[in-house]
Amino acid sequence: MSEMTINLKIWRQKNTDDPGRFEDYKLGGVNEHMSFLEMLDVLNEDLIKKGDDPVEFDYDCREGICGSCNMVINGKAHGPKHKTAACQLHMRTYSDGDTIVIEPPRAAAFPVIRDLVVDRTAFDRIIEAGGYISVKTGAAPEANLIPVEQEVSNQAFDYATCIGCGACVAACPNSSASLFTGAKIAHLNRLPQGKPERARRTIAMVDQMEKEGFGDCSNYAECEAVCPVGISIASIAEMRREYMKAIF
Amino acid sequence: MNLDPKIPSGPLESKWSSYLRDVKLVSPNNKRKYKVIVVGTGLAGASAAASLAELGYNVLTFCIQDSARRAHSIAAQGGINAAKNYQNDGDSVWRLFYDTIKGGDYRSREANVYRLAENSNHIIDQAVAQGVPFGREYGGLLDNRSFGGAQVSRTFYSRGQTGQQLLLGAYQAMMKEVHSGKIKDYPRQEMLDLVVIDGKARGIITRDLVSGDIKRWEADAVVLCTGGYGNVFYLSTNAKNSNATAAWRCHKRGAVFANPCFVQIHPTCIPVSGDYQSKLTLMSESLRNDGRVWVPRNKGDKRPPNEIPEDERYYYLEERYPSFGNLVPRDVASRSAKLVTDDGLGVGETGLAVYLDFRDAIKRDSREVIEAKYGNLFDMYQNITDENPYEVPMRIFPAVHYTMGGLWVDYNLMSNIPGLFVTGEANYSDHGANRLGASALMQGLSDGYFIIPYTIGDYFAGEKLEKVSTDHEAFSEAADSVSKLIDKLLSVNGEKTIIEFHRELGKIMWDKVGISRSKEGLESAIEEIRKLRDEFWQNVRVPGEKNYFNKYLEFAFRVADYFELAELMAIDALDRNESCGCHLRDEYQTDEGEAIRNDKDYAFVSAWEYLGVNGKLETKLHKEPLNFEFVELKQRSYK
Repeated sequence: MSEMTINLKIWRQKNTDDPGRFEDYKLGGVNEHMSFLEMLDVLNEDLIKKGDDPVEFDYDCREGICGSCNMVINGKAHGPKHKTAACQLHMRTYSDGDTIVIEPPRAAAFPVIRDLVVDRTAFDRIIEAGGYISVKTGAAPEANLIPVEQEVSNQAFDYATCIGCGACVAACPNSSASLFTGAKIAHLNRLPQGKPERARRTIAMVDQMEKEGFGDCSNYAECEAVCPVGISIASIAEMRREYMKAIF
Repeated sequence: MNLDPKIPSGPLESKWSSYLRDVKLVSPNNKRKYKVIVVGTGLAGASAAASLAELGYNVLTFCIQDSARRAHSIAAQGGINAAKNYQNDGDSVWRLFYDTIKGGDYRSREANVYRLAENSNHIIDQAVAQGVPFGREYGGLLDNRSFGGAQVSRTFYSRGQTGQQLLLGAYQAMMKEVHSGKIKDYPRQEMLDLVVIDGKARGIITRDLVSGDIKRWEADAVVLCTGGYGNVFYLSTNAKNSNATAAWRCHKRGAVFANPCFVQIHPTCIPVSGDYQSKLTLMSESLRNDGRVWVPRNKGDKRPPNEIPEDERYYYLEERYPSFGNLVPRDVASRSAKLVTDDGLGVGETGLAVYLDFRDAIKRDSREVIEAKYGNLFDMYQNITDENPYEVPMRIFPAVHYTMGGLWVDYNLMSNIPGLFVTGEANYSDHGANRLGASALMQGLSDGYFIIPYTIGDYFAGEKLEKVSTDHEAFSEAADSVSKLIDKLLSVNGEKTIIEFHRELGKIMWDKVGISRSKEGLESAIEEIRKLRDEFWQNVRVPGEKNYFNKYLEFAFRVADYFELAELMAIDALDRNESCGCHLRDEYQTDEGEAIRNDKDYAFVSAWEYLGVNGKLETKLHKEPLNFEFVELKQRSYK
């Protein structure tokens, strides 16, 4: 088992108003089987022992499903591995002596709270605007009354797997939230249960997305490239089609 | 203390319907006068919040994550049980009830478990209506898979992400009510105390995790949906921020804690790789549908698994339990893994692993079929271990996964503090001494969608609740005690980090309060926990300050509470002189390692009352007897 020394350049920012800066750290004893976040844990233990403030970053499940982590690693949201969240990245991806630059996802709609931690509540407000099917508890019919073609159900699932991490926003030159918003629209609008509200839902969510200060989509497709669960940009095309249908 | 479970009388099949017939209602005009605090936004919390808001109550939701959608329910992989009998394989509400109560080794209430089984079908209806994309057959109808502890196929699933899809359904239902104005949602707020006024739960104290402000919130009732306490063990499959603090703070305010020693150790997790390990990753139990569990028959056989011939493989679950085979319940599978590794048959670098092999399933069904069922799990495994499970068997080992114990609740899901309701994993109610797979999602949603909306109305209709203000001295006292504790943690300024302490505590718990327990081990665990707790308060180093985002301060507060809870878990395990479900006492087992239950002396819920910590935890045991009127208690057998 090889041990590595890694050079880290990490964004440090005390609060939203602090301009922030990169700071350099050298970390020895990095094991190839460590996850990327475990490497940061080890760094923080060192910092705490030295009396310094640890690096703050968001994480929870460390299984790639909760969507908490979303740091930008060497310029790429979630780092170099395709369809892999930062928490599922392992240090075997790197070599001894590598320099790794870590920064928060940068977007006007995601203000920095501290270090690598940002405020993503704009996403909640987009869902709040219409990202649901209006069915009250108790009002549901028997589940098998509405057959859904397997293909349609599978497509809906593929869009529903979005973990809401915000990597798409970080990667987009326009800081657009189109992949996030499109995925929810594509999930719900294609299901028979979601059809009655599809026009209202689409308009409300797209309008909210704009209101939050996210940019528009110019088809760079950077979002799809970094998405840890592989949401397709076909969802954005679908969102646009649905929007056009909805407003006319 | 009178722990009346308030179970309705009458036949099992009509207890819940007769409860609903007699339940007191609050009129629509009056509902809007009540305010309910829901703490935690996982399946239990989000479903309760949405349902209560739809009824017209004013709901405040709190979670520690940056969004309600990230609660740990999101990580549940395999599925959710329901007694739909879509497979025509003989399933029924009774059978789901029976499997669950038997799976829990007869340490749960019949009435609660039966109601859970009854509600299961409504949950599937509700989730489908919300747009949850469950797996479907070619005909467009819902598909099922099998899970441990059952001989029918009753588990509904969304590939390996069922928890995610159900949680997003509940979260979206909740956001719908945020939109309607009936829910006010407060993410990044951690509940650090319960406020009790005139003996009733009337509010909470939170720390704003961004600003560090200590905040006061009043309400007419508090619904605690804060999950389990598996992270006492440091290493577990729980999310890193899952914690016991909210529940423990309620316990310190008088809520009794039930069956704290009942901890589920999940058999199929990725083994530990090094001492930097921060958490363990579960591989869904559904994998045991097609994977075969084995170890080499001969000690010290270091050949690569694929070179070990069939007759030198020990398929120990299939051999020991021919009728359930690889699908025995979780406790049996975990214990069996421990037995074979204790015998020196374990595999991998550490010897603390067994194989889960898909070779035969791939040969039988094709790689494509296996990929369609488990693709994301296989990817996850490969990502973590750098090994391809389509070609070499997975290495797995048990890990702490779920806690059946929790705050005591009656049939209304109300604790012994009036107005404090506890749902989901945070309560102890439905899983006895062992939870069956695909039942946690079912319970969280049953509690939130279909029980709390009725029982909370019954409480409001039967109580006169005076208006309270957050200036009340009980709020001041609670807020001050939280502030003082935070100052104390920050002022120790010792040499050891919080993680170092937590890891040491976890090791004591895993070694002595884990898969198997003994009187001797538990007694020494209690001594060690006390010693380490004293050291914690003298030598912990908590970095940073209190008035900004400081995750390590959050951890410190939680670890301080784990140190007390850990002792209670060991005390409870020591008191329970029997083996049942996940609780295996070395002294109470057959020669073959099967658990010996003692129904004569231990058919009760242990409910502990907090009296204080003074070097040691002062606690008093109360017992709620479990009366079995409808099922016959049998020694569980999966042979």
